[in-house]
Amino acid sequence: MNKKQKKVLIRIIAAAVLIAALAFVPADGYLKFVLYLIPYLVIGYDILKKALKGILNRQVFDENFLMAIATVGAIALGDYKEGVAVMLFYQIGELFQSYAVGKSRRNISELMDIRPDYANVEQGDKLEKVDPDEVEIGSIIVVQPGEKIPIDGVVIEGGSTLNTSALTGESLPRKVVSGEEVISGCINETGVLRIQTTKEFGESTVSKILDMVENASSKKSRSENFISRFARVYTPAVCYGALALAVIPPLVRMGVLHQAPEWGDWIYRALTFLVISCPCALVISIPLSFFAGIGGASKEGVLVKGSNYLEALSQTKYVVFDKTGTMTQGVFEVIGIHHNKEEEKKILEYAALTESYSSHPISVSLKKAYGKEVDTGRVSDVQEISGNGVTARVDGVLTAVGNAKLMESIGVEYKVCHHLGTVVHIALDGQYAGHILISDRLKPHAKESIEALKRAGIKKTVMLTGDMKKVADQVAGELGISEVYSELLPGDKVEKVEKLLGEKGEKEKLAFVGDGINDAPVLSRADIGIAMGALGSDAAIEAADIVLMDDDPLKIAKAIKISQKCIRIVYENIYFAIGVKVLCLILGALGIANMWVAIFADVGVMVIAVLNAVRALFVKNL
Amino acid sequence: MKKTYKIDVDCANCANKMEEAARKTAGVKDATVNFMMLKMSVEFEDGQEPKTVMKEVLKNCKKVEDDCEIFL
Repeated sequence: MNKKQKKVLIRIIAAAVLIAALAFVPADGYLKFVLYLIPYLVIGYDILKKALKGILNRQVFDENFLMAIATVGAIALGDYKEGVAVMLFYQIGELFQSYAVGKSRRNISELMDIRPDYANVEQGDKLEKVDPDEVEIGSIIVVQPGEKIPIDGVVIEGGSTLNTSALTGESLPRKVVSGEEVISGCINETGVLRIQTTKEFGESTVSKILDMVENASSKKSRSENFISRFARVYTPAVCYGALALAVIPPLVRMGVLHQAPEWGDWIYRALTFLVISCPCALVISIPLSFFAGIGGASKEGVLVKGSNYLEALSQTKYVVFDKTGTMTQGVFEVIGIHHNKEEEKKILEYAALTESYSSHPISVSLKKAYGKEVDTGRVSDVQEISGNGVTARVDGVLTAVGNAKLMESIGVEYKVCHHLGTVVHIALDGQYAGHILISDRLKPHAKESIEALKRAGIKKTVMLTGDMKKVADQVAGELGISEVYSELLPGDKVEKVEKLLGEKGEKEKLAFVGDGINDAPVLSRADIGIAMGALGSDAAIEAADIVLMDDDPLKIAKAIKISQKCIRIVYENIYFAIGVKVLCLILGALGIANMWVAIFADVGVMVIAVLNAVRALFVKNL
Repeated sequence: MKKTYKIDVDCANCANKMEEAARKTAGVKDATVNFMMLKMSVEFEDGQEPKTVMKEVLKNCKKVEDDCEIFL
């Protein structure tokens, strides 16, 4: 609690004690009024002061002004206890609100506590601690174990494991060695790293993320705008209602029904209206829910760029994916060696050596599968046959590594592979030695993620890819994706998304998930663009509305579930708060609800709505 | 031009009122108040000097909510 809040708390306690004590004091008339005035002023002097200022500034529908009228009115009617109680509970409500908001503000900032405080810059042979903002591009910084990497850069010396959980929600540490890029915000766990910075602090990942999360709640959702507009109308409407209630029924009773006007009774009812007129519960709980939802999501490695996107995400019924890099790993890998006459290792060794001079992705995957340093001294007479493969002499053996055409051209009979992927045939000294199957692998959670999406209420999943139809259909079938479009150029993807956008219903949203490479136009065309595996990719962070920090496709469903929970809470709060207030207004007008009920409708509803809003923060087990 | 200022205000509805008051100030193209982050971002009309406009914004905000502050 801060100083301001403590002061209010003391006043609340003092006033409560005074009021309790007054219940035992047998006083009447003028003395009673004076005695009750003490706790009233203790608890309400600042409200009265603000109300006065409000009148001077012509702010008639100011909460302070309304509270002042309601309580002064109650006291004038002789309901001293109620007058003081309304003020007391109003202050308790305000205190609770400011405490709860402050607390969740801090909680969420702690969640996002990835801002590095300093950077160790190498100056000659000394290290100097400086503000990350002052580090220039190309400086050498040193990060000790336990410290945060302050600025994006490249490791030039040392190796370590990095904890990226603050950025990605992923608890497995990541290994880095010299020559690799590292991003700011990760915690260095084991070894000392010397890093050459490649960006300024302001352009580094950590700054971008912080900036995004902090500004997210500035992009307001439809429900927030609705509530602001509602609040603007609600308070004046209730106040005029109160005025009408105080004046019209007594006049009608007098003029038409020829009964006693009962002014006091009607004015009391009107005053209960004023107590209910404060829109605070609504106005605070909606942005708080979104703020908590966005904060909880970012802890899970899902960055949402605005409340509006969280709202749209919750209405998502169609999810369109890119294949490569989203559902598959986007790297080629040897997944099998078939019909081999020799040991698998031997085959791979020949293939890797033959292709040792090539940098084609296929060659890279062969060399990776081989796993050892390639000794180019063992290779001679390398001849690359463009589009077909390579022939060479390895350890004196004449090798041919390539596709079916290569085999045909050297007159070797080959076996057709029945599996999907790229097939590399190998012939040794003119004899067929088998083939190696290379393919892009599905991500570990790809299948589960489609199932999770269906459970989250997604109607249709669509996959778009530039890849061959055969491969695309197989992947889609394996994952259970409902629709697939293959052999698309980047421009075709936009067209397909536009077609899908035209087909869907007004209230259903379409999300596109891509890895941010080449699909920026599609990301911005869809209702919601989701970029995944975006750690360190500026283009993706820029183009997308929602950024998944790691590349686990399960996070897509998780993000949708987080948004659904958050929106559910928002609606609960809207209906609950408006419902209770309207109910109390009706009961108050009928004379059934007294001022105590009105206090509950004001303060109680607000407390419940705020507590409910904070629930949006807990999303770990969704 | 767009600038962001830190603010201090106690209740969410007051933040909304500040936002409205800021929007109505001459020289301000658009303004949003982020109650959760206690920030106000103001977009100024072309050729306006932010410093003088912000003084007006503060004055107008004080009118609708006495207990607020904008850290200029």
